Amino acid sequence: MALEINNLYRTFHGKAGDQHVLRGLDLTIEPGQFVAVIGHSGCGKSTLLNLIAGLDQPDHGSISLDGRAVDGPGPDRAVVFQNFSLLPRMNLLWNVRTAVLASRPEWGRVQVWADSEYCLRRAGLWEHRFKKPAQVSGGMKQRAAVARAFAVQPRVLLLDEPFGALDALTRATLQDELIALWSGDSETEIVVMVTHAVDEAVLLADRIVVLGNPPGPSIVDIIDVDLPRPRDRRALVGDPAYRRVHDDLLELLEAPQVA
Amino acid sequence: MTPTVLSRRIKETNDNADGHAATPAAISYGADAHSDALSVAPGGVMTPTVMSVHAVDRSRKRRTVKALLSVASTSGWALIGFALFGVAWQIVAVRAGRVPTPGDTFNELQTLLGRSFSTSTTHGTGIGLQLWSSLGRVFQGFGLAALFGVPIGLLIGSSKRGWKMFNPLVQLLRPVSPLAWFPIWLVVFKDAPKAAVFVIFITALWPIVLNTAAGAQSVPLDHRNVARVFRFGRFAYLRHVLVPNALPSILIGLRTSMGVAWMVIVAVEMLSGGHGIGFYVWDAYNASNLAGVTSAIVLIGIVGLALDAGFVRLGRALAIEA
Repeated sequence: MALEINNLYRTFHGKAGDQHVLRGLDLTIEPGQFVAVIGHSGCGKSTLLNLIAGLDQPDHGSISLDGRAVDGPGPDRAVVFQNFSLLPRMNLLWNVRTAVLASRPEWGRVQVWADSEYCLRRAGLWEHRFKKPAQVSGGMKQRAAVARAFAVQPRVLLLDEPFGALDALTRATLQDELIALWSGDSETEIVVMVTHAVDEAVLLADRIVVLGNPPGPSIVDIIDVDLPRPRDRRALVGDPAYRRVHDDLLELLEAPQVA
Repeated sequence: MTPTVLSRRIKETNDNADGHAATPAAISYGADAHSDALSVAPGGVMTPTVMSVHAVDRSRKRRTVKALLSVASTSGWALIGFALFGVAWQIVAVRAGRVPTPGDTFNELQTLLGRSFSTSTTHGTGIGLQLWSSLGRVFQGFGLAALFGVPIGLLIGSSKRGWKMFNPLVQLLRPVSPLAWFPIWLVVFKDAPKAAVFVIFITALWPIVLNTAAGAQSVPLDHRNVARVFRFGRFAYLRHVLVPNALPSILIGLRTSMGVAWMVIVAVEMLSGGHGIGFYVWDAYNASNLAGVTSAIVLIGIVGLALDAGFVRLGRALAIEA
């Protein structure tokens, strides 16, 4: 199976004129790949993610997963949103359970309960499961959101700047936990993460898609990150391969065509 | 200081220190006690534990005094306001001649409340029973309005087509005095008390519909996206996203409509006659008992205040749950 994106166009019609956010974007993501999408704000990275999630429809072009066209949200794709987006009146356990019950109606309660428990335990939230989102820290909220996404056992996990609202230490922990969850026994084969942090992209991704602003083509470059896993953030800093990718990325992002 | 008192106090501090009494008040005691203990400690007569116990007692006393002062100031100013109003009323009443003075009203109130629940035919039904029957009508009309208004509001607020279809209609009907509906309901039901209930229904309907719709419209995009990504069904969306988000607005709508309903019931019952506080006001006027009217005004105000306070309380209880 693969996630195939063909000749994708999306334009928003606003008061300040038309914004050609995605301009003929082609991308194929193979199973087992972690892809980071990076670019300046307004380059359409969140739009791309919404289109893959099925929350938005392209003006032109197509997206298919495993040969089937994507025409709406489905349980094969789960999203971790930027602002945690937990439902505030439910505790963490019910936030996960409700989402799994709704997207996997065929599972039955026993499996939904077991799966929710498993994912909350993996996220280290089992002791906090009866707390409401407002009662836990930002890191725990995003952990719960990640647990919720993994609990529906999606083939593709979509992350929209998932750690942007967190402090550096919490972000590092959550990045490691995300990789552990993904490379563990999960069903999730493809991860697409939108980010604006260069070091995060290099640390986590196998491939980095650099998006540019109009009027140029959407994809400026795709960089392969050939760093062995598991990656250790401290060891990486001294690694020349890491530095090379990091510097390439910075150069691309600072180039005038992107800005 | 006797040993028993000492040991009791030490136990109290320990409780605080262990966080057994982890209420916000207890926490601030702890902070106060600490700073006080530090400032007194150089005197060095007592052990620090006992010292902080004293500090706790002192700060508790200080807090009580402060609370009393604030209550006294609030009610003091309110009393001055009432007194000024009473004086103005007295002057107007004396000049106008037939208008009852505050004193007349107070006397009449005493008589009325004395036989609140009497069913005597010579003196008329007691004021308590009149209020009770008005409240009954208000709650019937209000309950019906909530039963229809909340779902209609949710429908209008959550669908663009629903909004376009019904908003103009609601806007057209909303400014109409609900009393104008009285003849219609009278023809429909051929029963004045029932018609009164349906006037209250119309009164309460618009604030509930509009506030609920506004609440339903303000569901954050994030929550809608969550519902879409995880493919919430209609029922799950209603229960977990739409209603929880609209709840504060729904409560505002209910509170507003209850306030207006309580105002309108007096007018409706003047029209419908028979029973109720509005009927009582009209009846008292016809019997040239203006002190009865002023007493009724006071009672209507008190009941209205109590109803509103009830809704504020309900709103607070539901907000904490979030």
